[in-house]
Amino acid sequence: MTAQGSIDRTAPVTPLLAVHEAAGAQLIDFAGWQMPVRYGSDLAEHQAVRERAGLFDLSHMAELRVSGPDAGAMLDHALAGRLSALELWQAKYSLLLAEHGGIVDDLIVYRTGDAEFLVVANASNRHAALDALTERAAGFDATVVDEPEQTALIAVQGPAAAAIVGAIGLESEPLDGLRYYRSLPAVFEGEDVLVARTGYTGEDGFELYIAAHAAEDLWRAIELAGEGHGLARCGLAARDTLRLEAGMPLYGHELSLDVLPAQVGLGRVVALKTKGDFVGRAAVEAGPAADAPVLVGLTAEGRRAPRAGYPVLDSDRVVGSVTSGALSPTLGHPIAMALVEPGSATSDSLSVDVRGTQLPASVTALPFYTREARA
Amino acid sequence: MSETKYTADHEWIRVEGDTATIGITDYAQAALGDVVFVDLPGVGRSFAAGEAIGEIESTKSVGELLAPAAGEVLEVNDEVAGDPTLVNSAAEGAGWLVKVRFSEEPELLDEAAYRELTA
Repeated sequence: MTAQGSIDRTAPVTPLLAVHEAAGAQLIDFAGWQMPVRYGSDLAEHQAVRERAGLFDLSHMAELRVSGPDAGAMLDHALAGRLSALELWQAKYSLLLAEHGGIVDDLIVYRTGDAEFLVVANASNRHAALDALTERAAGFDATVVDEPEQTALIAVQGPAAAAIVGAIGLESEPLDGLRYYRSLPAVFEGEDVLVARTGYTGEDGFELYIAAHAAEDLWRAIELAGEGHGLARCGLAARDTLRLEAGMPLYGHELSLDVLPAQVGLGRVVALKTKGDFVGRAAVEAGPAADAPVLVGLTAEGRRAPRAGYPVLDSDRVVGSVTSGALSPTLGHPIAMALVEPGSATSDSLSVDVRGTQLPASVTALPFYTREARA
Repeated sequence: MSETKYTADHEWIRVEGDTATIGITDYAQAALGDVVFVDLPGVGRSFAAGEAIGEIESTKSVGELLAPAAGEVLEVNDEVAGDPTLVNSAAEGAGWLVKVRFSEEPELLDEAAYRELTA
């Protein structure tokens, strides 16, 4: 099932493609990028992140650089959060909203200078995010440049991540003091690298941004440092089950243009009180329609996974559908997120239609998994 | 031991006497990823050609076991139901799924044709 034979060499490629091919990765097309879906067993990769550490190539993510004297003010106007208040090297999860309040993309913003920000958008929304930010920069002294092809993103996630990243020879302030959602500038073999304590797995970990031409050396240094820690190369399949267990939304599944932040539990991301007007404000203030679906977490017994698109029923009536689901590798039972009618959001008579079989499901608070609860 | 034949739906079939053993191919298990659940039919069930008589679920997707011809289920692999990872580790051996008796002749591919299909 490897896709090596069908790679479109004109499409954007990760600078680590040759490394992945040599490691025997199964590649899939993800928003036009050929990315590893797994190297061997995605369950083993998932477990490595929960118990030791995993290494991910996320170079398909869309890095947009926003700079200029008005960069902070422009982002306050363009995004749902108050990004101008970020301290240097601080990171923040934010949303890019349409005028009608729907979600164009979810992204992470890092302040990398007094007048410079790094905005990381989803690969599938690269052009939508770039177009929206460029359009919304009109009237501001700020420029938006997209450079995912020039920037590699490598993540190290799991309990051993700090020990591994601490041993690759970075020239930087000590990593010990780096808190969650903070980053720091570092140098690796003469190349600038942004080291961020962020991730999408529910574990402690780091995301490292480096120039594409230096990605392979950094990847190999991490692999070497990880040898004594049981570090595993991980593909996008493990990344998806890890983020689902951690209750983190994925664009195109839980998030879309049809969904307002409050419907998916992201009302807190919108800074209504601390800043003035921004794109989508009026719609967010008006709120979703009273009958608009809301996101719930579901658990079930057995081994059959509810999967995206499967209908959710309350008694015998369809009240919504699954947005993401899996047999949780860590918990050993089925888990899912679903958008359901608000009247069924606390129902104790829900089930998921798994290809014709009704699977009883219980509403549960998100996330399904926290590393604190495991301990 | 009879020759192993294949379907375009990525099943392998070995006929001995009037009993055909069916599983999914190594190619299919690799494409599915880690198999976490296998749903097999009841013994004695009759089925039509093209009917789904089982499901193989991995972390990322679901594969159906499609009957290449009409027939009846004689036996299912209880071992693989208890340990679905056998489908990954021994897809074309201990990870077999069902034994059936066909009531009509299935149209199957020989190994060379199947290899060409999956090349």
